[in-house]
Formats: sequence, structure tokens, C-alpha cells
Amino acid sequence: MAKILQQPGSSSTITRAPSSGEFLGDSIFRAVAYSCAMLIILLVAFILWQIGKEAMPAVGEHGLGFWTGTTWDVNKGQFGVLPEIWGTLYSSLLALMLGGIFGISIAIFLTQDFIHDRLATVFRTVVELLAAIPSVVYGLWGIYVLIPLIRPVAQWLHEHFSWFPPFGTDLSGPGMAPAALVLAIMILPTVAAISVDAFRRIPYKVKEAAYGMGTTKWEAILKVMLPTASSGILAALVLGFGRALGETMALAMLIGNSNQISLSLFSPANTLASLLASSFPEAGPVEVQALMYAALVLLLITFIVNVVGLGVQQYTMRKFEGK
Amino acid sequence: MSATAEAVFVAEPFAPAGDVVIDCNVEKIFYGDFLAVRDSVVPIEKNKITGFIGPSGCGKSTVLRSLNRMNDLINVFRFEGSVMYHGQDIYAKKVDPVVVRRYIGMVFQQPNPFSMSIYDNVAFGLRLNKFKGDIDAKVQKALERAALWKEVKDKLKNSGLSLSGGQQQRLCIARAIATEPDVLLMDEPCSALDPIATRQVEELMLELKKRFTVALVTHNMQQATRVADTTAFFSVDISRGGRTGYLVEMAPTQQVFEDPQEQLTREYVRGEFS
Repeated sequence: MAKILQQPGSSSTITRAPSSGEFLGDSIFRAVAYSCAMLIILLVAFILWQIGKEAMPAVGEHGLGFWTGTTWDVNKGQFGVLPEIWGTLYSSLLALMLGGIFGISIAIFLTQDFIHDRLATVFRTVVELLAAIPSVVYGLWGIYVLIPLIRPVAQWLHEHFSWFPPFGTDLSGPGMAPAALVLAIMILPTVAAISVDAFRRIPYKVKEAAYGMGTTKWEAILKVMLPTASSGILAALVLGFGRALGETMALAMLIGNSNQISLSLFSPANTLASLLASSFPEAGPVEVQALMYAALVLLLITFIVNVVGLGVQQYTMRKFEGK
Repeated sequence: MSATAEAVFVAEPFAPAGDVVIDCNVEKIFYGDFLAVRDSVVPIEKNKITGFIGPSGCGKSTVLRSLNRMNDLINVFRFEGSVMYHGQDIYAKKVDPVVVRRYIGMVFQQPNPFSMSIYDNVAFGLRLNKFKGDIDAKVQKALERAALWKEVKDKLKNSGLSLSGGQQQRLCIARAIATEPDVLLMDEPCSALDPIATRQVEELMLELKKRFTVALVTHNMQQATRVADTTAFFSVDISRGGRTGYLVEMAPTQQVFEDPQEQLTREYVRGEFS
């Protein structure tokens, strides 16, 4: 800092320039903040590089066929993850639909004067507690409670609507439906909490404007509040989807780990994350390389989803909020 | 009012010459236990601008917002008295506030366009009222009346929030008048605007009163003299420990400013207090 203006222009003032110590503190704080941010970028780059290095032999050997192959057979040396990609996306989309609808509904219920503020806080805390339950507990709950619970329903749906592909098979135990349901519950707190914030951020004057136009409560919520909160809600959905894509333990326990591509909600399937979790412990060096490749595929999918989600969010913000 | 009077002061009732669209007779307005406004009879005359002036906390906004039941959004709000609109009390039990607000539109202190396109903002009320005619034409007309059409006609698809503050306020006015409500309530519509935008909105008000009836709350006494036909002066009574607003004097604007009947009015319009 140049020594300009170090002395005040008038002697009758109690203002003074910040001391060099204060400037130093400023510089140190900035340096720490920068290095923390850089560290995160380096960490991500390091993880990518490490996984990429481990996966390289498999990438070279299987190439793009890895993406479209449907068998995972260590003995034959055949590795393909198409069923896992399908299972990951299908289960996550189902969970996003369910969790999204419930999460946004909860957010509306908690923020739009349906219940007293204090009660809303209690509700919100309970919903957020769902996020604190360990994944493995969800898995156990799914096996011992959820599967027996939905089996009669699944049976009935299959018997009466078997022409409809999602109900095309019978539920024999683990499968897509219980996995997607548990996944929906797991992403619910994320979607709900972030949507609640999106609704809370809407200024009171917007609500006034809506009612001032003569809207009923539902018209105000659906035609004004929801569009106004839409960019925040989209962020909630993207985060929820990201979480669903990467969720491992509960899915490994519930999805059935079977490499097949089926629209049926009741047939077992597999996801990339649960493939990794269930195969790693007994994998030999060749399979480990293939698994690393699968991890890379999962990373790529998550990355694409986040980028696309961010793009959609930016677009809505520009369209609705003029930013 | 003399300062020593023990009896509660109540303003002389004002009887306008023309038709009265809204005959507001406030007995008491409460927020919870707090008595916010008392004893104020404010008739709103057809095709005129009725200005509400007075110091902060005098209840002028509260009274204005009672005219289309906007205060119902506040849980603890309680209204005693009547607001007769074409012979019907809008506070009668059977009346749905939603209906009242469709006939009696409102423009707020802060510009509050919806986060949607300029066009959708103006078309909002038309769609809400299931308007079956030419929405494009109505949107254009409303924007023209609000003196905004020329500035936005090439960017109707842009967000309403991308406009400047003054433009946003005129957009809100366009939104409010697109459905051609009977009465337009304006709660300090220019307080967030610069002098140029203020002048535009004032000219707009004078234009609007040809078709609508306007009630205007303003902090700006020059504004009241410029646009209001009738002026109601409110004051706030802090003598009994509360802060209760009440009507002091209501008369044609010229009389309020040049020959006020009440001491309080005289002091206020001359700028001798608050």
C-alpha cells in the first residue's frame, strides 16, 4: 500500500486510516480463503486423477463397449455397466419424482400459513431428522418393514395390470420399488429443506401483490409463489437427484443386485454405486480396474446431471427473475 | 380540537357532492389488543382521487388497506364498523375477501411485480378472472394507460423484475388496471420512485380517475395538492398511552390546505409538526 492519505486532512477528525496491522489481517484472511478454495479444487482433481489412473487399464481394454455391455462376468473377463447405468438413472428418477412431489408439498405446507409457525419449525426439524438416519438403517428398515408391506400391493398391481410394463413382474423380495421408495425418503429432507428456504426467501410484498390481485390461497400458491420459488426448488431437486445417484448402502441392500434392464418396478436391478459396494470386497486386480472404470462412469453421470441442473436453474432465473 | 377537551374528538362528517363508491365507516380497528384506528368516516367519491395524509402511525395505510380487506392477511387484525361498497358491507360475514379484492385493486408502496414476464404480469389478472377476449389487446391497453408501453413493447417476454424501479411500479399499476377494477387503492405508490417517475405516476393517476376511482395514501403533501380532489387528514392520538390514529378533517383538497378548520390540520399542512 502506498503511503498516500496516511494522515487525515483535518486535525479535528477522529477518523484515521486502517493500520498496517489491519491491512495485514486482511491479506492473511484473503490468502487463507483462497487456499481453502484451491484445496477443494485440487482435492477433486486428485480424486479424479487417482480413479482415472486405476481405471486406465480397463478403459483401454473395454473402451466404450463398457458403457453398452450388459454382462459383468469376472471369469470371462466381460465387463459392461449398461444395466447399472439404467438402474441408477431409473431408481434415481423414480425417487426424485416421489421425493420431489412430497418434498415440495411439505415445503408449501410449512411456509404458506397452513400451520402455526412454531409447529412448522417442529415439523421441519422432524423432516430434517430423516437426513440423520444412517443409510444402513434405511436398508434394514426396507428389508424388514417396507418389502413385506408393499408385497401385497405389488402382487395385486401385477395381477391386474401386468400389461403395464412397470408392473410387468412379480415382487419376490428386493427390487426397484422398495429401493426407489427408500431413496425417495432419503432425499426428502434435502428437497424439503431447500424448498422451504426458497419459499421463505419470497418477500412479503409478493404475497401481498398476489392477494391484492384477488387470488384465492391456492391461486396465490400455484400461480405466484411456486413460480417465484422455482429456481430454488430446482436447486433442491438437483441436489436431491445428485444424492439419489450416489446413494450406496441402502440400495445395495434393497435393489437385488441383478444385472438386468427392466421397466418393471418389482424386478431386481442394480446401480453403479451398489455394484461398487458389493463387488469391491472380493474383487481381484482385473475386476478392481473395471470397478474403477464404473466409478468413473458414475462420477461422469453425476457431473453431467449437476451441470445440466445448474444450466436449467440459470435459465429459469433469467426467464423469471431477469437476472 | 382543543387540547384540554375531555370528550373524544370525532371529525365532522364529510359529504361529497358526487356519487360515493365506497363509504368507509371505521369504528375501531385493532391489531390484537392494540387499537390502531378509531372513529373515521371516509367516503370515497366516484371518479375522484381521494388523498389520505397524516404523520407516520396515524393509520392512513391501515384504513386504505381495510377498503379491500388486505388487512385480513394479518391474523390479529380486527375491524369494527362498516365499509359499504355499492350498498353492501364488504365486512359482512358472507363476503369473501377474494371477491372484494378483484373489484377493488391495489398498488403498493414497494413495486412488487411477479417473477414472470412483463406480459404475464399484466395478463395475470385477466387470466385469473377467466377473461375470454383478446388478452394481447388488453395487455397493450393497460401498458399504454400506465405510460409504459413505449418502453417495453419490444421486450414483453423479459422478466418484469428486469425493469427499473419506476418502470416496475408502472408495471404494477398496469397489472392492477388491466382487469379494469372499479376502484384503485394506492398506498404511497411513489415513495420508492425518483422525482421523474413520481411525476409520471401522478400524471397517470389524473388520467386514471377518468375511468376509475382512486384512493391514495401519500406522505408527500405536494403530491396531495397536485392530484387529490378530496383530502382526508389523519392524526395520531398518543394522549392515553396508545398510538391510535383517527380522522381529523376531510374536505376538498384546496380547503384542507388553504383554509383548514382544525388546528391540527393547520399545523400539519404548514409543516409545523412532524
